[in-house]
Amino acid sequence: MPLSTQSQAGDEQYVLVASLDNVRNLSNILKAITFREHAIFNATKNGLKVTVEDSKCLQANAFIQADIFQEFTIKEDSVGFQVNLTVLLDCLTIFGGSTVPGVSTALKMCYNGYGYPLTLFLEEGGVVTVCKINTQEPEEPLDFDFCSTNVTNKVILQSDSLKEAFSELDMTSEILQITMSPSQPYFRLSTFGNSGNAHYDYPKDSDMMELFQCTKTQTNRYKMSLLKPSTKALALSCKVSVRTDSRGFLSLQYLVRNDEGQICFVEYYCCPDEEVEEE
Amino acid sequence: MDCVATGGNVKALAKAIHSLSKIGEELYLEPQDNGLALRSVNSSRSAFACFLLSPLFFQRYRTDPDHSFRCKIPIKSVQAVFKSISSLERSVEKCHIQMNSEKNRLTVALHCKHGLLKTHNLSYQDSESLQAVFDKESCANVLRAQPRLLVDAVLHFPLSQEEVTVSVKSDRVWLRNRVEDDADPSRAMMTELCLSAEEFDHFSIGAETSITFCLKELRGLLVFAESSGLPISVFFSQPGSPVVLNVSDSVLEVNFVLATLSEGLSASWTKATKNSSAKTTPPPDDFMSDDMDSYLIAMETSELPGPSVDPQPCTINHRMQLGSESEEEEEEQIDRPPNKKFCSVFFGSVLHNSQLTNQTVQRQQVLASDSEDEQ
Repeated sequence: MPLSTQSQAGDEQYVLVASLDNVRNLSNILKAITFREHAIFNATKNGLKVTVEDSKCLQANAFIQADIFQEFTIKEDSVGFQVNLTVLLDCLTIFGGSTVPGVSTALKMCYNGYGYPLTLFLEEGGVVTVCKINTQEPEEPLDFDFCSTNVTNKVILQSDSLKEAFSELDMTSEILQITMSPSQPYFRLSTFGNSGNAHYDYPKDSDMMELFQCTKTQTNRYKMSLLKPSTKALALSCKVSVRTDSRGFLSLQYLVRNDEGQICFVEYYCCPDEEVEEE
Repeated sequence: MDCVATGGNVKALAKAIHSLSKIGEELYLEPQDNGLALRSVNSSRSAFACFLLSPLFFQRYRTDPDHSFRCKIPIKSVQAVFKSISSLERSVEKCHIQMNSEKNRLTVALHCKHGLLKTHNLSYQDSESLQAVFDKESCANVLRAQPRLLVDAVLHFPLSQEEVTVSVKSDRVWLRNRVEDDADPSRAMMTELCLSAEEFDHFSIGAETSITFCLKELRGLLVFAESSGLPISVFFSQPGSPVVLNVSDSVLEVNFVLATLSEGLSASWTKATKNSSAKTTPPPDDFMSDDMDSYLIAMETSELPGPSVDPQPCTINHRMQLGSESEEEEEEQIDRPPNKKFCSVFFGSVLHNSQLTNQTVQRQQVLASDSEDEQ
């Protein structure tokens, strides 16, 4: 543990102390949900959950389990605060976020409780930077009430196959239409743009399809602008689970493997667009 | 229309689309009995390109004999379908192009690995046939080279370089960048390179000459030729008449027809006025009464034999005529000279000439009178 032991002295006063040997394990996953400035942090014994929301229609959550951290001490059942995510990421990558193997930034993140700033100790090559980020009153995150018992359709795909589709999507289309069905076309992504429409069909027996559980044909439209940020998570992930519930709400769960091969999750919830007649 | 391309031919098709996108804004698609024709022309109509993919290029090629069909599609939307050549190469197994006349959609279906199916339904507009009339066989000079040779040669010119001058002698070729007349000579950089005849697969020079044409379109063709590894043949005769670049093999034929600058215009002008001073200045009305279509294309106007001028020793007729599509577009062409740059390059030398009586006339008229007097 390269971090200086001097700062250990006042640890007792903190309600939350979390240390990481490689800050990239945190910064990368936070990048996957950076589409709005404010992020709600909620720490429990299980780990850290970071939530970002947009337009009351989209919510992204990043879960970093306690065992990802080398040290994770929490003195209360639940600790919550809100910080500017852009500022936090700038601090976490203050040493440049080098990807050279063997060179990593260590992090110790401390929080003193309500009204105190979030304190970051960052160390790389013997140089320590201390950052204090003012915390804000935590907002209540939206409850999408997305319950696994209400899930109508679910597929799990290898991310590679979706990455290609998302990189090619016609961005002149305002919406992305997702069709999931127990019969053809099984799983379809559609766009309706200036030059015409496009459909991407994934058969249920494709090698890329790890799980296919569709009970009922569902066609829902989602705002492209809302789903666009999720491509950041997709790019990091190795598998993605796409679920829709009976109301047409969309849940995208990304399984992300970090540099050490540990698994974290990023989750996006999105409200469907208004019902429109099918073309 | 219903056709299917597989394997490497999908990539060739994609490369063809990318090449055509260097020419114009629209892709003209016409299924013919002898293959699928993909064409494009630039806005000033000084460059035309045609890819003819023979029925053998496709695994399946069917046209509806009772129902001839032609359309134009914004090339950007077709390009989007074939966006990433690398992913196309990696994953696409089959490309199925189909006409859905009921829905007015052209359907391009890409069958990819792992069963993924990408279907693009593209909207199109009906169009007239786009055709350039040119006769490359009668060109005095023919060069044929491996794409690599030309790619390496063109590499020396910066991307911002618009035109290149190719000069030929009996045993060698010079490539030179063209410096604008108004460019500051102290800042202009000249690049010149010389290729020996031995570097070419075929080298026959009937008339030592020097032609100038746009690099952009040539680069477009080189991308295609390089990826397909096919040699490029260059046909040309003299400045002012189009240069034809051809790439072909057993299943496809590509022709790029590019306008060349009439560099020697002022000289020929003087000659012409001396020879036939009585006939030189045509009444401006003459333009109006004449065949409009033939005046639309800058490159052609400098080529049309003057009606009253004696037949020239050079009887080769390198005409390039573009079938015009619609009234609307014709008018558009007449209303505004499409590419100022090109106009100025074409007629700059004429305008300098003090003998020109109607200097103040509009460009389009200059275009006409010019053609009358050139030869």
